[in-house]
Amino acid sequence: MKRFLIGLSALGALGAFGFWAVTSPDVFAMVRGRSFADLSGQPNLENGKTLFWAGGCASCHATPDQADRTRLGGGLSLASPFGVFIPPNISPHPRDGIGAWTAVDFARAMTAGVSPDGRHYYPAFPYTSYQRMTSVDLRDLFGFLKTLPAVEGKAANHQLGFPYNIRRLLGGWKWLYLDGKPFAPDPQATASLNRGAYLVEGPGHCAECHSPRNALGGIFAGMRFSGGHDPDGKSGAPNITPDASGIKDYSVADIAGILSSGLKPDGDSVGGDMGLVVMNYAQVPKADVDAMAEYLKSLPPIPSQKP
Amino acid sequence: MGKARVTAFVAAVSIMAGSAWAQDVIAQRKQLMREQGAATAPVGRMLNGGEPFDMAKTQAALDAYLHTTREFRSLFPAGSDQGQTRAAPAIFQDREKFDAAVAKFEADTTAAKNAIKDEASFKAEMPKVLANCGTCHTAFRTSR
Repeated sequence: MKRFLIGLSALGALGAFGFWAVTSPDVFAMVRGRSFADLSGQPNLENGKTLFWAGGCASCHATPDQADRTRLGGGLSLASPFGVFIPPNISPHPRDGIGAWTAVDFARAMTAGVSPDGRHYYPAFPYTSYQRMTSVDLRDLFGFLKTLPAVEGKAANHQLGFPYNIRRLLGGWKWLYLDGKPFAPDPQATASLNRGAYLVEGPGHCAECHSPRNALGGIFAGMRFSGGHDPDGKSGAPNITPDASGIKDYSVADIAGILSSGLKPDGDSVGGDMGLVVMNYAQVPKADVDAMAEYLKSLPPIPSQKP
Repeated sequence: MGKARVTAFVAAVSIMAGSAWAQDVIAQRKQLMREQGAATAPVGRMLNGGEPFDMAKTQAALDAYLHTTREFRSLFPAGSDQGQTRAAPAIFQDREKFDAAVAKFEADTTAAKNAIKDEASFKAEMPKVLANCGTCHTAFRTSR
């Protein structure tokens, strides 16, 4: 009986340790996190600005109902199947925003989804894509964010149902869906194709909306870019692979035109959440938008799965 | 026929008439949007280099936009959010904002009509007009 009890408590301890280890932000960052020794040096603010617009930071973090989309006070309500996410203040305000952060804090948030005080961020913040960004780009983006106006006031907390309100559980989710790897260019591909792949897969985070997701909110392997749902879980984000149910009939110039002006070849224009994306891409250099279009056209065609 | 039945009959006829009328303005809106789209397609190609600049086609597109902005003021009466339409509830809930967006589209189009003389002024001015498409389709059109 005594041995049984010892065994049971040992098992319990092991289980508790296992839970702690699997859900710990520190353990995750240690095993899958990148080292950011190379973040010193002067940031290239022009590059940071391009990444700011390509990354769509303003779409979620800009203070709602203001014309100036570089005032990043947060506070938008993002409805989702898990509850309402409210993007925080990421303006350089020292108390309410990220003004007191170091470049390494920022890089860890963007690539490991961990806050400077060691909590998990929810993947509504698309670090699953941002993790692909290079250290230099993270430094430049952080440098650019620091040039924007400081906005006072913290945004409200997320309103999530149980069990999604337990941040710690995201540790388990990350082992499944966050590999921690930066973008690896294809040595066989042209420079523009690699540039497009980097922007689409990394800062552009196109797959986050344009892919179907399972009940845990993970993207179905092999279905990336074949169409998904807008974050509200209702309206659809179309298939952006070159399948007949996707962008087969669009040329590279057509796709670049949609991204930068919102105009489709038939004269209609995109709206909804994509309308917000277009407002961002109007600020991104044409060569970068063209490269993204080239990459999307090079994807393997995957038919849309209609429910 | 008793009074109650007459009332019910009148109510039923008015509801049917009302819904037929709502479908009618919806059809008119769709037709205007189709005409705008058809006029805009070549403009898009001219902008991204797929087709040479053409002044007549540019003017035709701008005229189509002005036609729409003139008609749109009366084409979104209360109740016409019901039916086969992607008109967003925001149009009916925040009418002032919608009217202001239509007025801005009209003002930008009129300004472009005066300013566009050649390909260079077309490339400079037309995107300002077309930005209005996305503004409205983001705020006032529901996603599929």
